[in-house]
Amino acid sequence: MSVIIFAESTEGKFKKATFEACSYGAKIAAATGSEAHALVIGSAPADLSVLGKYGADKVHHASDAALDEFNGAAVASVLKAAMDAIGAKYVVISGSFNGKTVAPILSVKAGAALITNVNSLPASYGPLVVRRSAFSSKGLADYTTSADVAIISIIPNAIGVEEHNKAGEVATLDAAPAAKNTTVVSVDRVKGQIPLPEAELVVSAGRGMKAAENWTLIEKLADTLGAATACSKPVSDMHWRPHTEHVGQTGIAIRPNLYIAIGISGAIQHLAGVSNSKTIVVINSDAEAPFFKAADYGIVGDAFDVVPKLTAAIEAFKASN
Amino acid sequence: MKILVCISHVPDTTAKINFKDNNTAFDTDGVSFVINPYDEFGLTKALFLKEKHGGTVTVCHVGPASAEPTIRKALAIGADDAIRVDAEPTDGFFVASQLAAIVKENQYDVVICGQESIDYNGGQVPGMLAALLDLPFVNACVGLEVEGTNATLEREIDGGKEKLTASLPLVLGGKKGLVEESDLRIPNMRGIMMARSKKLEVKPATDAAKHTAVAQFEKPQPKAPVKMIAADNVEELVNLLHTEAKVI
Repeated sequence: MSVIIFAESTEGKFKKATFEACSYGAKIAAATGSEAHALVIGSAPADLSVLGKYGADKVHHASDAALDEFNGAAVASVLKAAMDAIGAKYVVISGSFNGKTVAPILSVKAGAALITNVNSLPASYGPLVVRRSAFSSKGLADYTTSADVAIISIIPNAIGVEEHNKAGEVATLDAAPAAKNTTVVSVDRVKGQIPLPEAELVVSAGRGMKAAENWTLIEKLADTLGAATACSKPVSDMHWRPHTEHVGQTGIAIRPNLYIAIGISGAIQHLAGVSNSKTIVVINSDAEAPFFKAADYGIVGDAFDVVPKLTAAIEAFKASN
Repeated sequence: MKILVCISHVPDTTAKINFKDNNTAFDTDGVSFVINPYDEFGLTKALFLKEKHGGTVTVCHVGPASAEPTIRKALAIGADDAIRVDAEPTDGFFVASQLAAIVKENQYDVVICGQESIDYNGGQVPGMLAALLDLPFVNACVGLEVEGTNATLEREIDGGKEKLTASLPLVLGGKKGLVEESDLRIPNMRGIMMARSKKLEVKPATDAAKHTAVAQFEKPQPKAPVKMIAADNVEELVNLLHTEAKVI
């Protein structure tokens, strides 16, 4: 009984979250004495065997042209076909936008248990016990299931990517997908950017920046670091920044290695989306800002003074390393 | 148009989260509950659709009687009637099965759920419900317009948005963007009075499996105290990020 990994790609490249899902699946396979099978669905990167480097023993490709456009029901039907053909005990799906769409559909169609928001490797396999985040990061819960097959959906960046040395032998999976029940009209995506949930470094700013045009300071710091940019809810509500950058409870939840919050007071709704970041830096002119309590490092100061200095210091650091 | 809005009854965002019974249960003592924020965006969108196209807005909740104040609040905001399935909502598949039975019985055109609840953050029920009913499913949905039996929707994708079409009936997992925060309605006195006499039907649960259970809860480890760095010493921050936090 094997482990199947849903291997997503965008714009002809595998997502970092896919490498992470493969690493996770490979560890389950190792712990349960089975094989890790990655499943690539629809249009795919040229080199599929690269997933071997991240732990896939085999890489299956279901290349029906109908799958080039994402539809949850169609993708779930192909994953189900792969589960039947390969004999899956565990399915690993990243908690990406598409992963979160597919996992519950697959769970129903395959009669499998679904555990989402997972942030650790299983603690045991008979029965399965795995830890997940709950209560908007204010709690952790060990979930268990007695179902024969379990789908585990992992939080991007929670587990990390690990390199393995597997063959990544490529095979074709013939599967007729279920009919699509949605039709894509258009896609509006910023090209070439790291998706926020997968970014390891994030520079985020709030109302303290005073006006949309002041984001040049934030973008310069982010570019210097190689970080993605994010913002607080008021900033996206005022349309200073696009809604897709809003992190927090009603926006996107992230857990980068480094989260730099500039001019964000740290309302509990904001913290719910970022408190799992590994390191948090808070820069705020108000020494009483609640965010300092959730921070690892804090600077009380004017963003318009501190941010350019920090950008220069990081440039100097990068030049000397 | 018949619209069903599925609502969860969740601890207020500011609630302190504690566990009891040897960390096997969530301690609701002293916790105030609200309509799940993601569902509230969906409820408001449903009211907008009703105002534009006519029809009815029904809210449905799977849970015990203690959730009725939350259901009444949804009625006070403007839903026409409500259904409560009398069962403990401890598993995503179980809850989705209850809702599927309600949808099958009453044939809604649009079923709006929040993309996840802010308590268990499972994000499972909307997609499972769509799969149980074999209906189109759009998750992280930030836009919906209906024309006749066709819908145009927007969903979030990595770094952007996707616009798509689907035929009714459909199920969506919604979030802010369906309507804006400023569109949310606070119940007024008239709404609260009217809500008291609106129909709240209580239904017994239908048989369905529970696939998962919580063995143990735990609170996250508290963070170490913040290290403050002087504003004129940003080099020290860079140094700490490199040598101590090891993130750059």
